[in-house]
Amino acid sequence: MSACTSRYDGALIRRLMELTQAGLPLVDNPWAWIGEQLGLDEQAVLDLLRQLQNDGAIRRIAAVPNHYRLGYRHNGMTVWDVDDAELPRLGPLLGAQPFVSHCYRRPRRDGWRYNLFAMVHGRSAEEIEAYRAQIRELLGEACRADEMLVSSRILKKTGLRI
Amino acid sequence: MDRLEPLDRRLIERFQHGMPLCAEPYRAMAEALGCSEQALLDSLRRLQERDALSRIGPVFEHSRAGASTLVALAVPAERLEQVAARISQYPEVNHNYRREHAYNLWFVLTGPDRASLDRLLAEIETDTSLAPLDLPMEHSYRIDLGFSLENLP
Repeated sequence: MSACTSRYDGALIRRLMELTQAGLPLVDNPWAWIGEQLGLDEQAVLDLLRQLQNDGAIRRIAAVPNHYRLGYRHNGMTVWDVDDAELPRLGPLLGAQPFVSHCYRRPRRDGWRYNLFAMVHGRSAEEIEAYRAQIRELLGEACRADEMLVSSRILKKTGLRI
Repeated sequence: MDRLEPLDRRLIERFQHGMPLCAEPYRAMAEALGCSEQALLDSLRRLQERDALSRIGPVFEHSRAGASTLVALAVPAERLEQVAARISQYPEVNHNYRREHAYNLWFVLTGPDRASLDRLLAEIETDTSLAPLDLPMEHSYRIDLGFSLENLP
C-alpha cells in the first residue's frame, strides 16, 4: 500500500490511532516500528503523518504534558452569549489568548443561551477569574451574558477512544 | 508534585508543540537539548512514570475521528454520584466532569457518526430520565494546548 492512497483509508488511520494512543514506543526509530505494524516503510509512515497533519486530522505530533500534574489544577469553562454577527471577529481573538486552550462555537438551545465556549486553565481560582475578566474586556459590548463553570471533580478522563 | 528535573522541564517546554519528524526522533531531540539519547529516553520514561507527560506522539483531531458532541445534564444533587458513575460506564464517554452549575455534569460523547450519537443521547435520556443538553462543536477557534511552564515548582 502506498501512502498516497492512504488519505481515504479509514482502516489504516484507525490502526495508526490505536498504535499511538498510548504513546510512541521508546525505541530508536518509532516510525519504523509503526511501519512494521502497518505494513508500510518508514518513509511512508512519515509521509502519512505529515499528510494527516497538513489535512488537520492530526493537531500536532508532540510531547503532551499532563497539565493537571504540572500544577494547572484549576480549569474554568467560560461560556459567552455573543452577538452571532461578531463571532467571526471575536472567536479567533479569544482563541489567540495564551491562557485559552480550547475555543469553540456551539449552538444555543432552549434554556441555554451561550454560543461561545473558551476553556481557561490556571494554578489558582484567582488566576482563572482574572482570565475571565480579560475575556470579558475583549468581548466588550458584543457580549450579553456569561458564566464560568469551574470543575469540581474530574470523574473520567481518557484519551481519544475509537 | 515534586520539582521537575531541569532536563524534564526543558523537554516539555521544547517539544510540547511539536517533535522532530525524522528517522530517529529521540536522537534529534537529544541533540537539540544537548544531552545523550539515553538521557533523553530516561527523561521520557521518568516523565511518563510521574504522569507529568500524558504521552508522546500524534494528537488526533476528535472531530475527524467520527462524530462527537459536548453533553450536559442537570442532575439533582442526591442523584449526582449515581448518575455520574452510570455515565462514566459508557465506553463512548471520554471526558466526564462535575461542574458547579445547574448543569452539573459535562461529558464528551463520541461515535462513528451523528446517528450513533443520537441513539446514545436517547439511551442516556431513558437511562437517567434527564434531558441531555446536546452541544456539538460548530467551529473551532483554537486547537492548541500549550502552557508556559514558567514559575512552576
